Amino acid sequence: METRELICIGCPLGCPLTVRIDGENVEVSGNTCKRGDDYARKEVLSPTRIVTSSVHVKNGELEMVSVKTKEDIPKGKIFEIMEEIRKTTVNAPVAIGDVVIENCAGTGIPVIATKNVAAV
Amino acid sequence: MKEWNFDAVIIGGGVTGCAIARELSRYEMHAALIEREEDVCSGTSKANSAIVHAGHDAVPGSVKARFNVEGNCMMGELAEDLDFEFDRNGSLILCFAEEDRPALQELYDKGVKNGVPDLKIITGDEARAMEPNVSDAVVAALYAPTGGIVCPFGLTIALAENACDNGVEFIFNEEVKKVVKTEKGYDLETADGVVHTTYVINAAGVYADEIHNMVSERKLHITPRKGDYCLLDKEAGNHVRHTIFQLPGKLGKGILVTPTIHGNLLTGPTAKNIEDKEATATTAEELAEIMEKGSVSVKNVPFRQVITSFSGLRAHEDGDDFIVGEAEDAPGFFDAAGIESPGLTSAPAIGVYLAKKVAEKAGAKKKAEWNGKRKGFVRPEKLSKEERAALIKERPEYGTIICRCEGVSEGEIVDAINRTLGAVSLDGIKRRVRQGMGRCQAGFCTPRTMEILARERGMEMEDICKNAPGSNMLTGQK
Amino acid sequence: MAKHDIVIIGGGPAGLAAAVAARKAGIQDILILERDGCLGGILNQCIHNGFGLHTFKEELTGPEYAARYIEMAEAEKIPYKLNTMVIDINKDKEVTVINKEDGLTTIQAKAIILAMGCRERPRGALNIPGYRPAGIYSAGTAQRLMNIEGFSVGREVVILGSGDIGLIMARRMTLEGAKVKVVAELMPYSGGLKRNIVQCLDDYGIPLKLSHTVVNIEGKERVTGITIAQVGPDRKPIPGTEEHYSCDTLLLSVGLIPENELSRSIGIDMSRITSGPEVNDQLETSAEGVFACGNVLHVHDLVDYVSEEATLAGTNAAEYVKSGEEKGNTHVVELKAENGVRYTVPQTLDINNMQEKVTVRFRVADVYKDRYISVYYDGVQISKKKKKVLAPGEMEQVILKKDSFGEYPDLKNIVICTEVE
Repeated sequence: METRELICIGCPLGCPLTVRIDGENVEVSGNTCKRGDDYARKEVLSPTRIVTSSVHVKNGELEMVSVKTKEDIPKGKIFEIMEEIRKTTVNAPVAIGDVVIENCAGTGIPVIATKNVAAV
Repeated sequence: MKEWNFDAVIIGGGVTGCAIARELSRYEMHAALIEREEDVCSGTSKANSAIVHAGHDAVPGSVKARFNVEGNCMMGELAEDLDFEFDRNGSLILCFAEEDRPALQELYDKGVKNGVPDLKIITGDEARAMEPNVSDAVVAALYAPTGGIVCPFGLTIALAENACDNGVEFIFNEEVKKVVKTEKGYDLETADGVVHTTYVINAAGVYADEIHNMVSERKLHITPRKGDYCLLDKEAGNHVRHTIFQLPGKLGKGILVTPTIHGNLLTGPTAKNIEDKEATATTAEELAEIMEKGSVSVKNVPFRQVITSFSGLRAHEDGDDFIVGEAEDAPGFFDAAGIESPGLTSAPAIGVYLAKKVAEKAGAKKKAEWNGKRKGFVRPEKLSKEERAALIKERPEYGTIICRCEGVSEGEIVDAINRTLGAVSLDGIKRRVRQGMGRCQAGFCTPRTMEILARERGMEMEDICKNAPGSNMLTGQK
Repeated sequence: MAKHDIVIIGGGPAGLAAAVAARKAGIQDILILERDGCLGGILNQCIHNGFGLHTFKEELTGPEYAARYIEMAEAEKIPYKLNTMVIDINKDKEVTVINKEDGLTTIQAKAIILAMGCRERPRGALNIPGYRPAGIYSAGTAQRLMNIEGFSVGREVVILGSGDIGLIMARRMTLEGAKVKVVAELMPYSGGLKRNIVQCLDDYGIPLKLSHTVVNIEGKERVTGITIAQVGPDRKPIPGTEEHYSCDTLLLSVGLIPENELSRSIGIDMSRITSGPEVNDQLETSAEGVFACGNVLHVHDLVDYVSEEATLAGTNAAEYVKSGEEKGNTHVVELKAENGVRYTVPQTLDINNMQEKVTVRFRVADVYKDRYISVYYDGVQISKKKKKVLAPGEMEQVILKKDSFGEYPDLKNIVICTEVE
C-alpha cells in the first residue's frame, strides 16, 4: 500500500489530501468536496493538464495568438506538445476556438486558439 | 583596421570630456571625442549626487577650489544656453555638536577664501525654520545659497550635442588601449583601429591615471572611491527643499539628502576605496549605511519609498586634487584627471580652461560661425494645456504616453533617438527623457520603448541593449 | 468640453464589467478610457488557464475571459477610446485625457469609475544590492515580451517572489525552453495560490525556497549569476547560508501595488494597507461620485472577484447618476479589521442604504491553521466560520446581510477578526 500527500487544485481552497493507493483501490481523505476526490484519483492514476502557449501569426494585427489544448492531456505529454506548438505558425484571421493543431502529439486532442486576431 | 586622423582627441565622454569637447568646438580644429561605451555619460557622470557645489569644501588655492567656484558661476547661463535642467536650491551643511562649531567656521572661512558668495552661518533653529525635517540635534549650519542641483545626464548630453553640432566627431564603443607618442603627436590604439592625433585630452575618469601613465613618467594613481545611493519616489521629493550635507569628514562629504532636479529624493553617497575600476555594484552594508546616516541629518526619511539604488566611482587621485593641464613631460598631452567631486560642477570651467590651452598650443583661431545654443527636449509636462494640445496636433506622437510613471510620450522617445548623438540603447533613452525612471522602474514601458527603438533605428528587437554591447534585453525569438 | 454620465478609467476586466453593469442599470452615456492598444488589460498576457470558474463555471484562459467581457461591452455598444491616457482628474470630476487623435482634452463626468489596475513592485523597492545589468525583469514585463510579442527573455532563470505571476512565469519559461533554477521567497509561505505551486513548480521539479532572498546580482552587461541566502525571522539574510546560481535572468514577482496616482490627484482618502482608496459599501471613494473597483482598489487573486466587484461599482455609479446625491438618512458604520485580518474592503457600511447583502473582502496577515473568522457587532459575536487554512495569498470574504442589523439600531462598529477556538 502506498500513501501520497497532494494539494487539491480544484479551487483556491487548496485542501491537503491524503491518498491511500492499494492496487486498484484508491481512498481519498482531507477533501471538502467531490472535486477533491476526483482530482486525487485522477492525479494518482492518470494525471492530466491543460497546456497553454502562444504561436506566431502571419499577417495578423498581432504578433502572437494564444493557444491551449482543448481538453486536458496526459501530464507526460506536455513537452512533446510544446515541441509541436513551437513549430506552429498560423495565418490571420484567427478566432477563439479555431483549431491550430489537430490531434496534438498523438493525444487525439486539438490545440485551439484562445484569442481573436484579425488580419491586417 | 579602422583609422582616424584628428588635430585633437578627447578620451572619455563623461561630463568633463563633453565640456572640453564643447569648448574645443569653438576653435578651428578637427576634434573628436572617443568613448568606450555606446553613449556619453556612461560612467561616473551618470551616477553621482547631481549637485552643483557652492565651493566651500576645497582647500583654498587648490585646482578644485578654482574650478568649483568658476563652474558654479557658469552654470546658470550654461543651463539657459544649452537648455538643461538646473536649480539653485541652496545647500545647508549641518553641524551636530557644539564642539564642531570651529570646523563649521573653518568651512565658512574656506568658502570665503575660495570666493563663494553669500555664505552664512545660521543657528539650528534657523536651519529647521528653513527645513522643518532637519534633525533636532543640529546646533548650527552653513547656508550656501549658490549651491544647486542639476540633471547630470541633461548637462552632459547637452554639452555633447552642442559639441557635435559644432563639428566635434564622437566615436563610441572604442576603448583606448594604448597611447603611443608619434612624430605628429600621439596614436591612440583601440581593439579595432588607431586614431592619429596631434593633441590628446585625457578625461578618462577612473582610468585617467592609466592613460596618463602611458605617456608620462610623472605617474598618477587613481583610487576608485565607490559611492552607493538610494533614490526615492517623487512622493518623497518634498521631504527637503535644500541640499542637506553633513560637516565633511575624512572620506568625503558625508551622506547627503537632497531633492533631485526632477523631484525625487536622493540620499548617499557612501565612500569606500576599492581596487576594481568596474565594481559599480551596490552592497547591502552600504545601502544600510545610507539609511542610517541619512537619518542623522533629516528626520523620517521615507526609506520605504526607495525606487532604485545605484553606485558610482569617484576618481580619487593620490594628490587629492584635480590634475588639469598639459603633462610636463608629454607635450601636447593634456590631463583632466582625478576629477572627483566637485567634478560635475567644475566641468564647464575645466572645459573652458583646457580648450583654450589646447587651442593656444595649436595656434587655432576661434571659428567665425559657432552656435553655443542648443535646444533641449520638448517637455510636455512643462507646457500649458493649450500648448500641449497644439503640440499633439502638430506632432501626434506626443499624444501617446509610453512611460506612465514619468508621463513620457512617444514623441519624446523618438526625439531622444533621432536627435544629434541620439540614444542607441534603453539607458540612453532613459537618460535623455526619463522613460523608465519612475516608480515602476520601466516595468510597463520597456516592451513599448524597445519597439520604438527598433523601429526608429531599423534594428531587430533581439539586438536591443540596455546599454553597452552585450547587455541584450532578449535572448531570441520564442 | 465633452460630457459623459460615467467615465471609466481602465478597460481591463474591472472597467469592462463596470461598464456592462452600468449600461444594464440604464445609463446610456458611458465612456471607457484605456491606455493600451486593446481592451482586456493584463488578461491579454495571462495566456494560462484557470480564469472564470466562478463567473462562467468553466476554466478559461485570460484572453478568453477578457473576450467574454469585450463581447458583452461590444454587444451593448459601449464606446471606448484606446491608447488614451488620463493624466489628471479633479474634484469637479473633470478628466484630462491625452491621445494621438484628440490631443489633450478635458471630459466632464457625472460619475467616475477608477479601474486602473495595479503595477509590479520593482527591484529598487527591495533594495537588492549588486550590479544593474540587463536581464532583470519584473515577471509581468517578461510575460508580456514572451506571450504577446513572442520573444525569449532568458535561458537560465532565478525567480524572486512566489506571487502568482512569478509561479506562472516559472512554468511558462520552462515550457518555452528555459531552465528555471529556483524560486526564492522572502516569507516563510508563498504569496501565490496553492494550485499554482502544484501546477507551476511541483510539476516541473522547480525548487521553492521559502525564507530566502536575493543578496547579490552579478554581471556588468547581462546577468551572469545570482546569490540567494536564507533569512531569519527578522527577514534579514543569515550569513553563511548563501547559495550561488549561474543564470542570465532574474525575474521579480515581489508584489503588486494598486496604481492610484490619479486617485491621489483628486485627494481621495487612501488606505495605507491596501494602497487603494477607502470605499463605502457602494464602492464609492471619499470623493463623491467617484467609485473604485478591481486591483486599483485592492489586489485580487481571482479575476472572477474583480468582475463581481466591478459589476457592483458599475451598478452603483449608475444609481448615483440617476438619483444624484440624495441618499436619505444614513447610518455609516466603520468596519474594523482586527486580530489577523489586515484590512477590509469596503471600509465603511451604510446600514440604512445598503443592499440586501454586502460582500466584505479581506486578507489575513499570516498563515493560520484551524481558525475562525468571526464578525462582531458592537462586541457581540454575530457569526463565526471555521477555516482549515488561512493564508495572506488568498483573499477571504464574509457576507453581511441587511436584515442582520435590525436588532442594532445604534450600531457603532463592526469587527471582522480571526480567532483561535
